Amino acid sequence: MTSTTAAAPTPVAKSAGHAAGRPARGVRRKWTEHGLVFIAPFFLVYAMFLIWPLISGLGMSLTSENITGSGGEFVGLDNYAEAVRDPEVWSSLWNTVWFTVLSTVPLVVVGLVLALLAHQLQVVQWLWRLSWFAPFLLPSGVVCLLFLNMILPSDFGLADQMLAAVGLTPEIGWLTDERYAMLSIVATTVWWTVGFNFLLYLAALQAIPAHLYEAAELDGAGAWNRLLHITLPMLRRTTGLVVVLQVLASLKIFDQVYIMTGGGPDESTRPILQYVYQQGFTGYRIGYASAVSYIFFALILTVSLVQPLLSRRRAEEAAK
Amino acid sequence: MSGSATVTTRSAPRSERPAEAGGRRPRWTRGRIVLLVVALLLTAAWLLPLAWAVATSLKPEGDTTKTPLSWIGSRVTFDAYSKVWESGDLMIWLMNSAYISVMTTLLTVVTCAMAAYGFTRTDFRGRRLLYGLVLAGIMVPPQVLIAPLFREMVQLGLVDTYWGVILPQVAVPAMVFILVKFFEGVPRELEEAAFVDGAGRWRVFWTIVIPLSRPVLAAVAIFTFISTWNNFLWPFLVTTDPGGMTLPVGLVNVQSTFGVRYAQIMASLVIAGMPLLIVFAFFQRQIVRGIAHTGLAGQ
Repeated sequence: MTSTTAAAPTPVAKSAGHAAGRPARGVRRKWTEHGLVFIAPFFLVYAMFLIWPLISGLGMSLTSENITGSGGEFVGLDNYAEAVRDPEVWSSLWNTVWFTVLSTVPLVVVGLVLALLAHQLQVVQWLWRLSWFAPFLLPSGVVCLLFLNMILPSDFGLADQMLAAVGLTPEIGWLTDERYAMLSIVATTVWWTVGFNFLLYLAALQAIPAHLYEAAELDGAGAWNRLLHITLPMLRRTTGLVVVLQVLASLKIFDQVYIMTGGGPDESTRPILQYVYQQGFTGYRIGYASAVSYIFFALILTVSLVQPLLSRRRAEEAAK
Repeated sequence: MSGSATVTTRSAPRSERPAEAGGRRPRWTRGRIVLLVVALLLTAAWLLPLAWAVATSLKPEGDTTKTPLSWIGSRVTFDAYSKVWESGDLMIWLMNSAYISVMTTLLTVVTCAMAAYGFTRTDFRGRRLLYGLVLAGIMVPPQVLIAPLFREMVQLGLVDTYWGVILPQVAVPAMVFILVKFFEGVPRELEEAAFVDGAGRWRVFWTIVIPLSRPVLAAVAIFTFISTWNNFLWPFLVTTDPGGMTLPVGLVNVQSTFGVRYAQIMASLVIAGMPLLIVFAFFQRQIVRGIAHTGLAGQ
């Protein structure tokens, strides 16, 4: 029913498109002339590995299924009711949000500062890109194992030795002390991924018309004023974009925690995705894991839907 | 001297560096020197972990845990590298990663480009509905699908196969969206002329549209390759046999077997990190532009 109504206007458009597209009317149509042929390969994979799991996952979340696909019974919303009452869902959701809050601020600010430096200096661009962006190209496994072996071993780890070199021997359990574990993961993440934001900012800086600066300079505006009144306002859209991309990326944290702390100490760093993994893949409760996934999905959807609304309102206010 | 510098900056394409093209090269004022020092310090901080990895990998195993820190061991040796290489696993994972990333990239570029062309240049019953489904899919993070996707892989018998790793990474709706936006800007007149000459849609697509879109296709390809090469969660879930693991998954899996042999750990990390860094050294410009392009158009 719905599909007929949705498709109703297309036949008209179709004949119009064809008349315009192919003047040789008598020629027999080859199969490759049909638009669906172009979309089919993508859509087949898309339907099988995105749309179908999205639907079947919703179904699974209503069952008591285990990972082998057997023993599933329809339990209605029981899994969701259990998840809402499960303190581990809330603590891992909180860890996820806390990581997102802690990581987004430095990732955006440091990204902006690095881009401003590189843009302002206009020399040895390859060096800045190599040192600040190249870590982004390393697999998470490489980055996390590097930091794990650099900061975890006390005494001879690089972190402790650097502190020792300036006369401090704080004996910090970088990844084993609840107070520092999350911060260590945040620091690793900043080192690894800030280059992406750096590049987005650099691209935006290079797109600011030079005549704005020239005019400001003629008016006697100093470097500080030019930054405050031209550069930063011109970057507002980019900042909005970078913040959203960053929040969405940070919410999906899994690799760093899994590799560096395994969620510890005492589950203080375990994110929601790791809880899904534990329930579904090591605890075999894949129905329950699906329900938790959908709660996480709801969180991500809220973030990605709220942002455009906010930026639209801001744009409207600016237009007034 | 300064004259030639000005000439080179001026001749740089305006769209690429408007700031430079528009003005003269700034002089080395005191403020600018301070900025340079800050930038160099930050560069040093960023390169430090990498330098430490390389330094440790070149030490004899016995020197890696010595304090106080020294950057060079009692001698420089490639022992750790040859040990890691001889164990053979790393080579297998490199090949697996390369195969999976190349196949995923090829399939993604071809299927997404075809789909984007279909959505922008052809018409058929249900086109709007299908495009709506693709746009909605941009909102779905693949991470929330791990449980149902894994069960599907069990049912299809694709666990521990290359296809099990590749297929879920191929249909990326955001890439279709990027390509649709690009194709919408390609003037139709170029195609009309070919139609008049009797070419069909298929030929127009391959001989006119694809060559015209090389920059944006390169951006999509680069982005897909990097994210596939570095993907951890999905390959980690769908491979259990060490012989079928990708590089990141294999490395994490093997950390326990290396135990506390730091030189070997660092040597394997250096080997594992190398490929994309080498690619980056050669294709800096394209990669940077690709990231900026797909990153900005991603929303």
